[in-house]
Amino acid sequence: MKIKILVLIIFYLIGSLNLSYAANSEKVDQISKNLRCLICQGQSIYDSQSDFALSMKILIQNKIDEGKNNEQIYDFLKSKYGEWIVYDPEITKNTFLLWLLPLILFVFGAILIIRKVSIK
Amino acid sequence: MVKNIKLIAVVSLVIVSFFILLKGLNKTNNYSPDLNSSKIDFNFKAKFLYSNEETTLYELINDKDFSIINIWASWCLPCRDEHSFLLNLKSLDKLNIIGINYKDNEINAKKFIKELGNPYSKVVVDPSGVNSIELGAYGVPETLLVHNKTKTILKKYIGPLDDEKLAELKMIIKNEN
Repeated sequence: MKIKILVLIIFYLIGSLNLSYAANSEKVDQISKNLRCLICQGQSIYDSQSDFALSMKILIQNKIDEGKNNEQIYDFLKSKYGEWIVYDPEITKNTFLLWLLPLILFVFGAILIIRKVSIK
Repeated sequence: MVKNIKLIAVVSLVIVSFFILLKGLNKTNNYSPDLNSSKIDFNFKAKFLYSNEETTLYELINDKDFSIINIWASWCLPCRDEHSFLLNLKSLDKLNIIGINYKDNEINAKKFIKELGNPYSKVVVDPSGVNSIELGAYGVPETLLVHNKTKTILKKYIGPLDDEKLAELKMIIKNEN
């Protein structure tokens, strides 16, 4: 009986250890999916197995362990590698077209449709 | 009339995209951020290659006026090519050359230095690559010129040094105080 309980406790401990580990690496995955791998462009840090990406994942883990939140980690990396490392460009004079163009196209399309409908 | 407008629209779209793409051809594939806020604002810890002691970046870049931080590895072929340039820079009095050994095997790293000469005043190891990322590095080889007093990065070279970069580095060191 005692042995059974002991075994159960051990299994429980292993299980909870795994769970906390999984939760932690899930956060790394979540952050690294939003980061561009700068030396293997077209891939995210999450997808890449390059040395750069592997180190980056370790760094993210370290930062999480230090208690940094997602924003702080993104800001840190942006200060080191520039805006481009995140897949979420801010609106600047270089990127305003990127943000505006879909809107303009949408309005343009709407005008086309309205005209067609009203002609009929 | 409508046909004409369509034709003009298509032709002008093609021309515009042609010139945009043509301009893109001249751009380098490697994206590198502008170094406007290039203060070294962290305090990483690393172990020396030749002893087991730990040190910080602040300790490393304390003596002399300028530091060159060179990230290298024995498995990196371009690092072999640039090594002679680092040895050349060693002769400058104002300069301190620090090596960061990136994701390397200790024995191979020591062999590399024994074989090609040692330009570094200090070498630290970075087995996980995290220290290099904290410096904003992409990989090996990479070279940073740091102004020791202001702790700012004056220049950063991604890829191996060559004659042109060497001349530029010497110019910067000569002109800055």
